[in-house]
Amino acid sequence: MRIPVSWLAEYAALPEDLTTEALDAALVEAGLEVEEVEDLRGRVTGPLVVGRVASIEELTEFKKPIRHCWVEVGEAEPRSVICGARNFAEGDLVVVALPGAELPGGFKIGSRKTYGRLSDGMICSARELGVSDDHDGIIVLEGGTVGEDARPLVGLDDVVFELAITPDMGYCFSVRGIAREVAHRLGVAFTDPAAKAVEPAATEHPPYPVRVETDGCSRFTLREVRDVDANAESPEWMAKRLTQAGMRPLGLAVDVTNYLMLELGHPLHAFDRDALEDVMVVRRAKPGETLKTLDDVERGLDPEDMVITDGTGPLSLAGVMGGQTSEVGPTTRNVLIEAAHWNPTAIARTSRRHKLTSEASKRYERGADAGITLLAAQRAADLLVEYGGGTLVEAVADIDHREPATPIAIPVDLPSKTIGVDYDRSTVVAMLEAAGCTVDGDEVLTVTPASWRPDLTDPADLVEEVARLHGYGHIPSSIPRAIAGTGLTSSQRRRRRVARALADTGFVETYTFPFVSRERADELGLDEKDPQREAVAVLNPLDDAAPLLRTTVLASLVNAVRLNLARGAKDLAVFEEGLVFQPAEGWSDLEVVELPVSKRPEDEAIAAAIRRLPVQPRHVAAVLCGQAVPAGVDAPGRIVDWADAVEAAEVVAAASGVKLEVAQGEAAPWHPGRCAELRVDGAVVGHAGELHPEACERLGLPRRTAAMELDLTALPLPDLAPAPVISHFPATLIDVAIVVGETVPAGEVEAALREGAGELLDSLRLFDVYRDPKLGEGKKSLAFKLELRAADRTLTNEEGVAVRDAAVAVAAERFGAAIRE
Amino acid sequence: MSTDIEAGLLQPEALAEAVKDAAAIIAAASNLEALAAAKSATLGDKAPVSLARRAIGSIPGKERGEAGRNVNAARTEITGLFEAREEILKAAEAARILREETVDVTARTARRREGARHPINVQMDRIADLFVAMGYEIGEGPEVELEWFNFDALNIHPDHPARTMMDTFHIADGKGEYGSNMVLRTHTSTVQIHTMLTQEPPIYTVAPGRVYRTDEVDATHSPVFHQTEGLVVDKGITMADLKGTLDHFAKSVFGAEAITRLRPSYFPFTEPSAEVDVWFAAHKDGPRWIEWGGCGMVNPRVLRACGIDPEVYSGFAFGMGVERALMLRHGITDLRDIIDGDVRFPAGLKVEE
Repeated sequence: MRIPVSWLAEYAALPEDLTTEALDAALVEAGLEVEEVEDLRGRVTGPLVVGRVASIEELTEFKKPIRHCWVEVGEAEPRSVICGARNFAEGDLVVVALPGAELPGGFKIGSRKTYGRLSDGMICSARELGVSDDHDGIIVLEGGTVGEDARPLVGLDDVVFELAITPDMGYCFSVRGIAREVAHRLGVAFTDPAAKAVEPAATEHPPYPVRVETDGCSRFTLREVRDVDANAESPEWMAKRLTQAGMRPLGLAVDVTNYLMLELGHPLHAFDRDALEDVMVVRRAKPGETLKTLDDVERGLDPEDMVITDGTGPLSLAGVMGGQTSEVGPTTRNVLIEAAHWNPTAIARTSRRHKLTSEASKRYERGADAGITLLAAQRAADLLVEYGGGTLVEAVADIDHREPATPIAIPVDLPSKTIGVDYDRSTVVAMLEAAGCTVDGDEVLTVTPASWRPDLTDPADLVEEVARLHGYGHIPSSIPRAIAGTGLTSSQRRRRRVARALADTGFVETYTFPFVSRERADELGLDEKDPQREAVAVLNPLDDAAPLLRTTVLASLVNAVRLNLARGAKDLAVFEEGLVFQPAEGWSDLEVVELPVSKRPEDEAIAAAIRRLPVQPRHVAAVLCGQAVPAGVDAPGRIVDWADAVEAAEVVAAASGVKLEVAQGEAAPWHPGRCAELRVDGAVVGHAGELHPEACERLGLPRRTAAMELDLTALPLPDLAPAPVISHFPATLIDVAIVVGETVPAGEVEAALREGAGELLDSLRLFDVYRDPKLGEGKKSLAFKLELRAADRTLTNEEGVAVRDAAVAVAAERFGAAIRE
Repeated sequence: MSTDIEAGLLQPEALAEAVKDAAAIIAAASNLEALAAAKSATLGDKAPVSLARRAIGSIPGKERGEAGRNVNAARTEITGLFEAREEILKAAEAARILREETVDVTARTARRREGARHPINVQMDRIADLFVAMGYEIGEGPEVELEWFNFDALNIHPDHPARTMMDTFHIADGKGEYGSNMVLRTHTSTVQIHTMLTQEPPIYTVAPGRVYRTDEVDATHSPVFHQTEGLVVDKGITMADLKGTLDHFAKSVFGAEAITRLRPSYFPFTEPSAEVDVWFAAHKDGPRWIEWGGCGMVNPRVLRACGIDPEVYSGFAFGMGVERALMLRHGITDLRDIIDGDVRFPAGLKVEE
């Protein structure tokens, strides 16, 4: 809402010395957010004066007609001015920028020779002055004194505030509402612009036959003006204010309805009476009805839309926008002014349904003042008569179905208890009255809100009014006493440890938008039946190419990898922790469960409703490419491989206090021979390894890129851990090399050794994999280091050998393994 | 060698001469190897003092005592000279080795990649820590939400103007159409509802998390961003408690000089509602009020929808943008630096001071 200070000052008695900053502060304290302050006084600098055109000489020797004028500007001699416009005559008063003036856009006025004459100033158009976009020639003033400052005459003596109005302050979509708030804030007098007219009584016969057949219209009023020049140019003051408020003057009838909407906050509509046929009926639309609205769109109407109709069908989409057939046009002589009050919810729905927001719908949605409906129509009629020269028809229609306002009961101490400021009774009452309420009662107040405050329905709303109008600045600062909290949960601590551990291991944390394309599943090489293809879709994605929510973190994390590669990075190790979205089983067949808001829903209802939500576990994924260990002065560097990805998973597991079981796996998007399946207690929790070369190709990643993804939610939280047994006896070290078939996984041999060695085994580590024809066809040798230790004694050599043999025996039994001699 | 000659070695002059010679030999040894040879020459079997000791048996018994003492004194002196020289040479040798092992410590390359956490997540952890220190717990909720949690329970009914103000990502239903009744949460206020449905007051919770709105990416907007929600529900909670909590929060985020200002505003789920401005002295364009977030007293309608009696309990709630605070604190002018996934941003912005 744009509002010039001069308009505000008409209804709020602003102090003479009020600065722009002080007014700004008052608006902000009232809850009216100032988006922009436009000081028009600085728009044109230097001399800008009223001039009278003394004489005009038409110069015809140039390509276009040029005028050489002598203009009186209050100096001893008139000035010579060259002008290209032609819409003025000798004797007209015009706006003249004299040398030294600067117009918007840095246009400096000087004295110069042009078209063979001296141009000693400039006769200005509204556009050149930055007053409006109107380029229809120069401004011809209705009055003014030659030589005086022209700024006040063209509206350049004002400051315009642009305010953001919150949905609960619909009444501040008007000068009336803003002036009321500012007057209260500054403690100055407020004059209600609605008092400029007197509400007439409804007459027996309306000016036009009308019936209201919907409960969505609580008040419908009509006034009529006959023989009016509906398209007359609006008075300068009105045009100026409309322009400052950001609207274009279009002709008297339309301007008057716009002007009053801005001043009173009540939308109005002007019909060409002679375009109407039969009875006017206010009703819901019928199926199949259509209406061509003023924005030139043919709209199919919904049976919930409210319309104003006549014998020909819908004339206007009630409360939202008029139709073309009955608009005031060039030939209109008789104007029917309609002012009505509509159900806010119905207007909101119609506006949303047709994706059509208008100045009117914005106000009706937030609740216009049904108390001034007829007053607004009356003032419109008065202005039309005054400036359009018509006669007011005596008949008045006022179909009034308003319900009386419901009083709200509020304990007088509720504001104090809620806010923490000690408001006494008189303050509470005074503030509520300042909000326009009528207040009765003592301990419990009975408060009836004003007709312009339909937003006040609950005691809490009244509490806000007391606190707001008294001033939020008075609210002190205290802190509730600390309670006995329990800190982070173990899963929250785990999340942090995991992220910290990966960062400390050289991974950079990043996050990606979870939106992925439908093609991503193919790029990853997911099998047709892979459940990861089952994704939830966004109905209105920003990017139509990426409508799905990821089912794995890798699916979107690769985007970050690609971005970094495109920006020149070569060696990357990134990770992301975040939610993935897996559609719940059969969710789309489950019924939508409506939950109440007036009371807590039943647990069963909540559970049933939530069953449709996607399952949203937290995953962690990491991607590596380039060098795992940077090349340097002392080492050649090492390229990333599958084992780096497995190790990243182990970093996560270690930070989570769980032991990963690693087994040969096969899953997209990994290389089928270089994929580790990661399990905890036998359950698969993720995969790690080198990515499939074709997936790399399709995803635009370098070959040999490695990655891992783990379902953090699936990792069990660690139990209370038993303390380790610390032996003070020396260890016995034994190496053992075992020959097995090529296909036997080292991890399984290791597990067998571990099992066979029993509790004397302190640690076991694979240190060599050796292949040689001498070992036999398809064989490999795995060398392990065993560290044996007892808690209570030094082991003898015999004991050590016995443990080794027991370990090998299990491996031998399981894989036919033999000790390599 | 004749006995006389050997006996001659026992003469004090001869012993003195032997010591003098030994001193010269030992002093002449310039390294530990030469010193070992010198030891053999001056204290070894064939050294004069050793020969002299052997000669003691050849002289008369009564003279042996004194002769023995003289020989021992000479030997002790030579041993002392040797040990002193050995100490010097050992120290010199150690110094030489260290000198030879000297490297250019600036000729070094990193042996591991440098990792980093993302500043947004670090910021959220720090906020969590601040509130945990005040006794709060950290709340969580899903990112795809039922509309009831995102809107209805927060007093944003289907026709509420605020429902259109929020630019919501809707989830398509099974046929790819409107009507799934699910959205990507537009605010972390959903966590208020989860918390109140599952916990009895007193409730002291903050919920940092990711939220979604249909804003195109530009220097100040992103469809994916982060908020911190705060919720307190207890007996006798006032707006002054809210103000005090925000003051404390602001000081932790913006520095000890930060002060807050409440401006009347509107949110369906709080009544009264306010916008919070912070006086940010370190702003790169000079000290000023900056918008930080929204807050207010929990609307009794919200309490009722969660089964909490507003006659008994009152509460406050607040929601702050995480990105905005990070941008202000660190003078970041383009939000895209934070969100586009470039590893140089986390690696370059150290926020864990």
